[in-house]
Amino acid sequence: MAAVTLLPSAFDVVLGFALLWLAWRALASPDLFRAVVLFIAFGLLMALAWVRLDAPDIALAEAAIGAGLTGAILLAALARLKPKKKTKMSNKKYNESAIHDRGN
Amino acid sequence: MTVAIDKQKPFRWLLVAILLVLAAGLSYAVLSLPAQSPGLTAYVAENIKTSGVSNPVTAVLLNFRAYDTLLEMGVLLLALLGTWSLSNVPEQRAASPGPVLDTLSRSLLPLLILVAGYLLWVGTHAPGGAFQAGAVLGAAGVLLLLVGWYPGTRFTGLALRIALVMGMGTFIAAGMVFMPVGRRMLEYPPPFAAALILLIEAAATLSIGITLAALFLGGRPEKGPQR
Repeated sequence: MAAVTLLPSAFDVVLGFALLWLAWRALASPDLFRAVVLFIAFGLLMALAWVRLDAPDIALAEAAIGAGLTGAILLAALARLKPKKKTKMSNKKYNESAIHDRGN
Repeated sequence: MTVAIDKQKPFRWLLVAILLVLAAGLSYAVLSLPAQSPGLTAYVAENIKTSGVSNPVTAVLLNFRAYDTLLEMGVLLLALLGTWSLSNVPEQRAASPGPVLDTLSRSLLPLLILVAGYLLWVGTHAPGGAFQAGAVLGAAGVLLLLVGWYPGTRFTGLALRIALVMGMGTFIAAGMVFMPVGRRMLEYPPPFAAALILLIEAAATLSIGITLAALFLGGRPEKGPQR
């Protein structure tokens, strides 16, 4: 019987530490893609935490905006950052074509 | 390398000190809170009959503290304006979604729109509301953009801008419509409150959804006819 009543609080403790760990990993990860994925996982667990705090409204918003859309926007930003870093060649090409377009 | 680390060291200790002070302050604030604090729950429960909705969260967000929500929508709009001022939409790569994403998006999109409508409607008496519904609608837009759909130039000009400001516009208009008869701004007479809140939320849902999808686009869409 005691185990049943202890289960929710044990879950809360695990959830709290998982949140702290995910937040730390997301901040400390040198790989940006991994950081974004960790941030999305953090958002989902955060939504779970809001449910545990009896705030389903905020949980819905957190899952939809915090985890879903912010994650998608971060991934899109990451995709735009990458080509610049990888090759300067394509960058140069892009500039040339831009000048060319302006000439027209 | 070592020089860089040596230079960072004092900064790091400063950071640790600042964080410790912050942690101490936060701990003090949390520990000094009263164990049981009713807050404003009683006031909301007393006045919920006049708010037009039965969900206390929606009542606070759209009626009692509507000003906050109005400004929040302004913040969202400003975020999009910031993105637009930075760059145009990046060059579209020829998207080939593949059979899985294609089929999934076809079956998910109607469902997402339905869920958004449901969340909007249910917000009056249960958890849900404009922001959640708008986020789901925005997710539908993101999915559309991911499979390679792009709004035609017909829609990215004035139509898009009207859709973006419609939420705030409706909010402000609904807040001011009763001012000539002696009400304050954003004060709704109880008989009209339910209809006004639903109207505001419907417009806000559309605007929020389109704003979020436009944020995912990552820049200002080109205007068609001029180019």
